[in-house]
Amino acid sequence: MTIPQQTTAEGAEPLLKVSGLVKHFPITKGVLRRQVGAVKAVDGLDFEVMPGETLGVVGESGCGKSTMGRLITRLLEPTGGKIEFEGRDITHLGTSAMRPRRRDVQMIFQDPYSSLNPRHTVGTIVSAPFRLQKVETEHGTKKAVQDLLELVGLSPEHYNRYPHEFSGGQRQRIGIARALALKPKLVVADEPVSALDVSIQAQVVNLLDDLQSELGLTYVIIAHDLSVIRHVSDRIAVMYLGKIVEIADRESLYGKPMHPYTTALMSAVPVPDPKRRTQRKRILLTGDVPSPISPPSGCRFHTRCWKATEVCRTVEPPLIALTPAAGHRVACHHPENAPDQAPGETSATAATGGKSVESA
Amino acid sequence: MTAPLHDTAAAETALTDVAGPVKAIEGRSPGRIAWDRLKRDKVALAGGAIVLLLILAAIFAPVLTSLFGHPPDQFHPDQINPDLGVPKGAFGGMSWNYLLGVDPTFGRDVFSRVLYGARISLIVAFLSAAVSVSIGVLLGVAAGYFGGWIDAAISRVMDLLLAFPQLLFTIALVSVMPDSLLGLTGTGVRMAILIIVIGFFGWPYIGRIVRGQALSLREREFVEASKSLGAGSVHILLRELLPNLVAPVLVYTTLIIPTNILNEAALSFLGAGVKPPTPSWGQMLSDAVNIYQADPTYMVVPGLAIFITVLAFNLFGDGLRDALDPKGS
Repeated sequence: MTIPQQTTAEGAEPLLKVSGLVKHFPITKGVLRRQVGAVKAVDGLDFEVMPGETLGVVGESGCGKSTMGRLITRLLEPTGGKIEFEGRDITHLGTSAMRPRRRDVQMIFQDPYSSLNPRHTVGTIVSAPFRLQKVETEHGTKKAVQDLLELVGLSPEHYNRYPHEFSGGQRQRIGIARALALKPKLVVADEPVSALDVSIQAQVVNLLDDLQSELGLTYVIIAHDLSVIRHVSDRIAVMYLGKIVEIADRESLYGKPMHPYTTALMSAVPVPDPKRRTQRKRILLTGDVPSPISPPSGCRFHTRCWKATEVCRTVEPPLIALTPAAGHRVACHHPENAPDQAPGETSATAATGGKSVESA
Repeated sequence: MTAPLHDTAAAETALTDVAGPVKAIEGRSPGRIAWDRLKRDKVALAGGAIVLLLILAAIFAPVLTSLFGHPPDQFHPDQINPDLGVPKGAFGGMSWNYLLGVDPTFGRDVFSRVLYGARISLIVAFLSAAVSVSIGVLLGVAAGYFGGWIDAAISRVMDLLLAFPQLLFTIALVSVMPDSLLGLTGTGVRMAILIIVIGFFGWPYIGRIVRGQALSLREREFVEASKSLGAGSVHILLRELLPNLVAPVLVYTTLIIPTNILNEAALSFLGAGVKPPTPSWGQMLSDAVNIYQADPTYMVVPGLAIFITVLAFNLFGDGLRDALDPKGS
């Protein structure tokens, strides 16, 4: 196994490189299971994750965030595209070929009530990685598990207890301990806090933060909560209907969002200060998310976009950098905070959805 | 390689700290909780006690008959009224010598014959339940976990078997089976046929339940977690799914055993069970039908034996279900 470790001029090699990633779930009909269509859950993703950084992924329910997470951890078989981990193509590796790689890519799950087997003790659950990967530990597996439990803020004496004896936050810590057991390089967290109480959310988010600096982890955190994402992420990707519409580092995304969808999302974040709240415009998107079975032509957001013009309906905008700001890429013909990509078009033919602006 | 740890010294002091006063924190396993719950259910415990007693009685039938009765195949013509062919004494000839009376015509000890009949009933019921559970769990979990065409095929077979006229098939099968088969003779062949037939026609009931459970379990995130650690299908089926299937399978097994006892009795009653003179409950009932007006006791005794056994198993099974799955009832 050779891992290319040479560093480029800008810095390190990306830990994870995804290009053109596609996942379609076939819809079958009848006895012969004839395919009549497909749910285009993920439809062409390109992004990179650098070692040590946290990439946040946001989007509405059903936009393909979780599918994306399960594709890069190879719990699902991609329909197309390429996933490279440490320069090695893992797109279509089989179960046994993937097994040694799984040490480096681990996952934290959304629902702490479903991610722990109710019939296993905490000891069995957290030691599963050692057993499955046949890893020998210096002072025995039990000691290693107890150390892990301490690391995530649980008492080592919980070793012999069962998941039902723990609260949601504690269970999520057990899940985190399991994910970290083999010292992975990349941790994909699928909505790690959305099933938890708000007060517990902060604890778990801070735990993830502490563990990252302590163990030098790289995170891909999938969430729909913009405050959580803002707190943990270095870079943020915004997804809409199976595509990334905007990807940028945290400051430039929150400071100067370019895609109208991002702008709309940002305006939905509650502002604690009542004075500032009144100064701000809230953009209310109307209409539902179109079906991923037959996504709209051109720009997928045009059915709900107030800036949409004819070009949006026909030409799909590429995900490109529009400003000199490093790494800020957006897929839009008429971006905010950046030069218009399709000037001359009038927004008179505005979309069926449109928006209403409130100054509540 | 060791687990990630910030400071070994600190961890060690922490460990010794907790090892002191609060050492014995042992988790209550789901099985332990169910047992505690079962212990509070007096009806289920009574059912369980009767089941246990029956099993012991069947195992020690030779001892019990030598102490309290007579060999099951010994004729006692002195106990029979030669004119009517019924036992001389009242209530089928019950006395201290013949605890449950004697059977008509031959004067054999009914107590002994009921005990030996329990052996046949329980052996057939338990072994056919074992056959049902083995096939049902294997195919049910495969159908539920793998889905697709495997599920479709197994489910159709289950539908087919559930619609099959089991009783008629068994009677027909018994009439064409040779008297000796694979080194078994007489009673052995008949019992083997009973076990295989009852067991084989019983597996779809278990299979359906296991399939449904596996279907919902495979969507749980702990299965994905196991996959993301590199586990294969065998590991997931045996280590992750099976422990979660133990409870429903256990409950259903205790409920399928009385059904099997009834099936065995019905087949024996219809003449497809073990051959006389080997005693069985169904066969005794069948004999009693011809003479019930003159000797009703002979019908009541095996009937009660079947009734009590089935009731005890059902009460125990219901209690077990409540204990293992308090939300289910």
